Amino acid sequence: MMSVEPTILIALNGVEVSVPAATSIASLVQRTLPNARAYAVELNRVVLARRDHGTRLVAAGDHVEIVTLVGGG
Amino acid sequence: MTHLGTSTTAPFLLAPLHIGAFALKSRLVVGTGKYKDYETMQRALEVSGCDAVTVAVRRERLVDAQGRSILDFLDLDRYTILPNTAGCFTAEDAVRVARLGREILDSVDNAGKSWVKLEVLGDKKTLLPDPVGTLEACRELVADGFTVLCYSSDDPIMAVRLRDAGAASVMPAGSPIGSGRGVANPASIALILELLKNPASGGDASYPVIIDAGVGTPSDVTHAMELGADGVLLNTGIAHAQDAVRMAHAMRLALESGYHGLRSGRIGKKLHASASSPWEGRIGEGANHIIAGE
Repeated sequence: MMSVEPTILIALNGVEVSVPAATSIASLVQRTLPNARAYAVELNRVVLARRDHGTRLVAAGDHVEIVTLVGGG
Repeated sequence: MTHLGTSTTAPFLLAPLHIGAFALKSRLVVGTGKYKDYETMQRALEVSGCDAVTVAVRRERLVDAQGRSILDFLDLDRYTILPNTAGCFTAEDAVRVARLGREILDSVDNAGKSWVKLEVLGDKKTLLPDPVGTLEACRELVADGFTVLCYSSDDPIMAVRLRDAGAASVMPAGSPIGSGRGVANPASIALILELLKNPASGGDASYPVIIDAGVGTPSDVTHAMELGADGVLLNTGIAHAQDAVRMAHAMRLALESGYHGLRSGRIGKKLHASASSPWEGRIGEGANHIIAGE
């Protein structure tokens, strides 16, 4: 019998997605946006410093925003 | 308030524009939105001569239709990136976006990480600023260490309040964003300039006031500079021109024209004419004839 990896639901850029439990922010970025270059991450309305992306794990119900720069005036 | 210098020898250069710790060689700040493609944007920015460009912060999709990022077309060693909080309708959202912009620019080590163009909007149709939200966000961002360039209406008292809240520059709209109507209310802009820049009115001549929004054509830029603005921030006037690159060139010249024109001391306006050619020596009028040998 295959083991089923436990998953949790989070809101990523306003969309509810299912991710494996114990996913780090760095892993989430890598998994969803492998070409990300210049970006910032906000976790539950607070900017998460880049140095914490590898260690901070998402929890069920978290609101994650990954943003970048676009053209603007 | 006098802008008259004593320099009378070309080349006439623009003094750097100081905003907080930033010193800009160009007094034109140009936006990066709404160009038909990134290549056009890149050329327009180059031709404009600007060294600060505005960008927006948005949810990551990473790429344009061809799979490219705007960052591939901005030389981060050349341009100081000025992130905006465009599209925010609350102080809280504007503060969040400003902090995200700082985090992004920190990751690419651009000097723009310490400043922000603050916009808190009050209405989607006019994109006019919400003065209460703008003031609230300005205070919070200044306390957080940001150099805040504050988009505002052309209300002189609001401009004073924002300066007093710590804004490094107040940037009144000439007219609504993208409207192309130029400086619609020059008397209000003149009052803002008096209150913020004239020491006799409690101002400081070195305090930077930038006209932000509404520019449609080069004469609008010249007008703003002739009124005494320290610089002009624009986007749509270049990006949506039929020839955006040539318009960027024109905007650059217009800014320099207004800058030097103001400092040259224009003539007064008169009701009647004042001939440029001398009355004396005209032919056909006996009284003016000079008789040889007389």
